[in-house]
Amino acid sequence: MTAAPPPEVLRAPLVVEFPFTRSLGPVQSAFLTGLRERVVLGARTSGGTVLVPPAEYDPATAEELRELVEVAPAGTVTTWAWNDHPRPSQPLATPFAWVLVRLDGADTALLHALDAAGPDAVRTGMRVRIRWAAERTGAITDIACFEPDDAPPPGHPPAATPHEGRFPDPVTRIVTEARLDYTHTPGRAQSAHLAALRERRTVGERCPSCRKVYVPPRGACPTCGVATTDRVEVGPAGTVTTFCIVNIKARNLDIEVPYVYAHIALDGADLPLHGRIGGIPYDQVRMGLRVEPVWTADGRHPDHYRPTGEPDAAYDSYKELI
Amino acid sequence: MARHERDIAVVAFAQSDHRRRTDDLSELDMLLPVLDEVRERTGLRARDIGFTCSGSSDYLAGRPFSFTMTLDGVGAWPPISESHVETDGAWALYEAWVKLRTGQADTALVYAYGKSSPGSLRDVLTRQLDPYYLAPLWPDSIALAALQAQALVDAGDTDEEALAAIAARSRAAAEANPHAQLSGTVPHGGHQVRPLRTGDCPPVGDGAAAVVLAAGDTARRLCGRPAWITGIDHRIEAHSLGVRDLTDSPSTRLAAQRAGLFTAPVDTAELHAPFTSQEVVLRKALRLGRSTAVNPSGGALAANPVMAAGLIRIGEAAARIHRGDSDRAVAHATSGPCLQQNLVAVLEGDRA
Repeated sequence: MTAAPPPEVLRAPLVVEFPFTRSLGPVQSAFLTGLRERVVLGARTSGGTVLVPPAEYDPATAEELRELVEVAPAGTVTTWAWNDHPRPSQPLATPFAWVLVRLDGADTALLHALDAAGPDAVRTGMRVRIRWAAERTGAITDIACFEPDDAPPPGHPPAATPHEGRFPDPVTRIVTEARLDYTHTPGRAQSAHLAALRERRTVGERCPSCRKVYVPPRGACPTCGVATTDRVEVGPAGTVTTFCIVNIKARNLDIEVPYVYAHIALDGADLPLHGRIGGIPYDQVRMGLRVEPVWTADGRHPDHYRPTGEPDAAYDSYKELI
Repeated sequence: MARHERDIAVVAFAQSDHRRRTDDLSELDMLLPVLDEVRERTGLRARDIGFTCSGSSDYLAGRPFSFTMTLDGVGAWPPISESHVETDGAWALYEAWVKLRTGQADTALVYAYGKSSPGSLRDVLTRQLDPYYLAPLWPDSIALAALQAQALVDAGDTDEEALAAIAARSRAAAEANPHAQLSGTVPHGGHQVRPLRTGDCPPVGDGAAAVVLAAGDTARRLCGRPAWITGIDHRIEAHSLGVRDLTDSPSTRLAAQRAGLFTAPVDTAELHAPFTSQEVVLRKALRLGRSTAVNPSGGALAANPVMAAGLIRIGEAAARIHRGDSDRAVAHATSGPCLQQNLVAVLEGDRA
């Protein structure tokens, strides 16, 4: 048992991508299909308010909204914010203004980007118009951005006109791509565990209260709710406490089926870890089998566990660990 | 004032030192000392707690079910009565308050944590937005706050100078807060997204906090001067930003009214206003005057561990009551863009 020295901080890139496919429903389908056709639709509430972008339900009354209207592709900035350093995936790669725009005929505002020369060229109340994307698919990005509109503002803003919201080949689903990049650091207990694995040693941590040894350690005892502190080397050999036979080949995993996946209580550990059992026909693996890790040349974990040849462990010696 | 047996009080509060990065610590490593502190202060062991509720977000760590990693720290095996909210811990506190009010437990541990350092917080927070009309544009958290700030400037409610004064006052107050990430004289800096400058924005960092709630006589036993929650409520704005009046926060006002804030003055307000401009909105909605000390801890401008910063407001307000520095305080927590959702709690100490 050794007191814990501060472990080296390990780091690994972690990329999370989630291309959600979302169904649109009647109102959002009409709106996004409309953008593809360079038509901007809103939803009219029973109180007469025109919502652009349209919602399926009235935010004030929760009433279902189905009455669609067409509004103008030009309008007025209601607030803005100058963005000198566009971030990846934002609508423009050059400095731009974020704007909320109330299109002529609408009572609410739409968020988008405004392509303007600089912050001095933007003000609340300025007239802007939609710049359509060259390629449109039925998405909010079919509006490439807004641009200043030098046309004289209409004396009376045109009222919204009724629209059926029907288009050929309507968009009913969108795929929203997203990728987030992280740098993962595993923390105190797991860092020490991973560092020891590099030396082909398996190190757990002991609960100062109930004395149980957890492998791999997560930093606290789930029964006592206190930090595990003392590092304890366990194994290398252990006992199969339970197992299953895998008959389905996993994608990107070069292991012939059937194979055995087992819970293995390493000697000295109070919690089994799991690993593959090799070096023995799958139908001869049994509870109580004594196994030891097999390392490959550049492996960061044991590749699998194989029988040690010792007699099987007595059931009573591992029954609490199943 | 006489207290009812199901009156609920904050009896302990602890928080971590908030730091820009905590690469050497897992979420659990960061949280455990905080849990230890509130347990030590109340003398409660893990198994004595009647209900446990936490607030955190998978999107910060980039890992699914990340909250399960910290459950070891509360001794969750064999199973305890436990719940989790995927938002700020102030809402976990609300759930725990309901649990105690309904008599299902006498004590509750509420905790929250956030490590913003593994990812790019501005981009991560875009993923909470409307996936049809907003998220595809990736409008980041500062950009959305800046749209709100400009609306306030246009309405004559504030200007860049007044916003800078809020930043300076908050960081000066934080000098008395040993946990603060940003304190003292901090250069206000250039525009991040105009009109907001660096100083108008919260620091990005990692941190954790925990609160213990207790009911009636249990609260008196565990704490010399319990901070009684005399009212608590939370409300939400309309979904679409373009539908809202960004210069006002009717949801905060309604929550405050339902929490009983307006029946008597408060000497302290801990407001969860990550951006200077949002303090302007909240002061108006909560009708705070000169007699109320606003964010004596420095507020979210001094430390803004996402998912914990709202719970910390309740904890800071309660701690002032515990210390005898406050008799009646309001705490506010927010979630979402431009003060989308707001929680208001009114806390009182028994007067001698």
